[in-house]
Amino acid sequence: MSFLPRLENAGMDTWLVRLFDSIDEANIDWIQALANQCQASFGSQLIDLVPSYTTLLVHYDCLKLSSDEARQKLLSLLQQLQPDASRNNAKLHEIPIWYDPQVGPDLPRLEQLTNLSWQQLVELHVQTVYRVFALGFAPGFAFMGKLPEALQQPRLATPRKQVAANSLGIAEQQTAIYPSISPGGWNLIGRGCTRLFDPQNQPPSLFQLGDQVRFQPISKAEFLRLGGDIEAVSL
Amino acid sequence: MTCTSSEPSLEVIQAGPWASLQDAGRFGVRQLGVTQGGPADLYAWAWANRLLGNRWGTEAIEILLGGLQLEAQGKTWACITGADLGATLDGQPLELWQPFPLHKGQHLAFGTPRQGLRAYLAVAGGFPGLKPVLGSLACVTREHLGGHRREGQLLQQGDQLPLHESACSPPRSLPRPVIPDYKLTPELALIPGAQIRHFRGRSLFQAFNTPWQVDQRADRMGIRLTGPKLECKEQPMISEGIALGGVQVPTDGQPFVLLNDRQTIGGYPRLGTLTPLACSRLAQCAPGSKVIFQAQGLDQAQREYRSFLQNC
Repeated sequence: MSFLPRLENAGMDTWLVRLFDSIDEANIDWIQALANQCQASFGSQLIDLVPSYTTLLVHYDCLKLSSDEARQKLLSLLQQLQPDASRNNAKLHEIPIWYDPQVGPDLPRLEQLTNLSWQQLVELHVQTVYRVFALGFAPGFAFMGKLPEALQQPRLATPRKQVAANSLGIAEQQTAIYPSISPGGWNLIGRGCTRLFDPQNQPPSLFQLGDQVRFQPISKAEFLRLGGDIEAVSL
Repeated sequence: MTCTSSEPSLEVIQAGPWASLQDAGRFGVRQLGVTQGGPADLYAWAWANRLLGNRWGTEAIEILLGGLQLEAQGKTWACITGADLGATLDGQPLELWQPFPLHKGQHLAFGTPRQGLRAYLAVAGGFPGLKPVLGSLACVTREHLGGHRREGQLLQQGDQLPLHESACSPPRSLPRPVIPDYKLTPELALIPGAQIRHFRGRSLFQAFNTPWQVDQRADRMGIRLTGPKLECKEQPMISEGIALGGVQVPTDGQPFVLLNDRQTIGGYPRLGTLTPLACSRLAQCAPGSKVIFQAQGLDQAQREYRSFLQNC
């Protein structure tokens, strides 16, 4: 294995910066810092950035920079990199969730897998303050971690064809809310009523990399009062 | 969104299976999970605009498999490139990769694929007045973003796309495109990636020396190829960002080439990345047809891409 961080060729106009080899909350501050520095240093030569758990994908404009120039730029940024511990922009979100088998159809199965009641599972889920490790899969879909160990369960063997919008799911070490209706393989345990992605907003995604998220359990009545959708089904 | 009937427009008489509006793509928001969209065949899309003298990035209609019928409610110039979908104007066959005048009341119809899968219809000056979403008109149905109705809708019967009325013929002194022959088995330029060392030697030999067959599972998100099972020593991996053309190899050993509407991150090992021009060519390959991977260096790939953009 070669040293980290290292640059990997990920396409004609794309470098992948591999900073870490395992998932850790401390990674986020480093990756965020590199993303910020890329914005500043590449400016209009940058097309897109995709931060993830251990990596940062850097898509540059190959009409303005050669692959080697882009590589040199990234190497020099890496040499002076310091983690962004200030978390100036990191917000703490309080997200209301109605936890119930009616909108969390995998709760009964999780009861069997864990030997805990679904109420106990919910208690565990709301105890943790999560951080956003990455956004992807769909617009505004935030991968949050890490789940308490008792909640760590594999994905569904066969993903659902349809997961209702705002469904809260768990899979392995992570938890996430599906911002809109989509297929999906996570264990569904509840449903929220917060708009997570709106292209009219600035920024369009409620959650940003590094943000903190706490879930608040609410009653069915409260869920309905807040405009929650009880009709939508996950198939 | 659409315009009133008195203004010049292109009216959808019949929508066909899949016709969508595509500009160059949606950029700068991928860190929010938003995919890039844009034309699956960048090459044909770019030439359709170029031959009309349109600026880079002008929106055009991507027509998959044909079936689309339009009526001109105004006068303009248009150009069709890409697949031969049996396009006719008032019943007369149209020459592709060649601008033609479109007069009020004329009927433009696409039949079924003869060669290739995706055609591009561009009009002079694009479709004015449509509002971009997150900086782009690219229609991504899966994300409910973009297109002429802003929420990822395909063209539907009765839609009216605003036209830029123009009697001027497009500039004549343009370079001529190299028109791809979609009947030939394409050699797709693949830039080997860092994870290539995790594949077994035999699999690497097979990857570049076996014709791959295009699977039924093929859409704007990606195209699955079938052939010998490629074995990788490392998997699964932690999810990471994926570029256009990334060749993922899931546990079934069958390569999956990620295209414009791909998910922004994924966790399978990659053989490498197809160049944008190779993606363009692959997007014209029907299920059952064969393709070949050909290794290409980074600098060579960039040279070819720059030369395409300069000529086009």
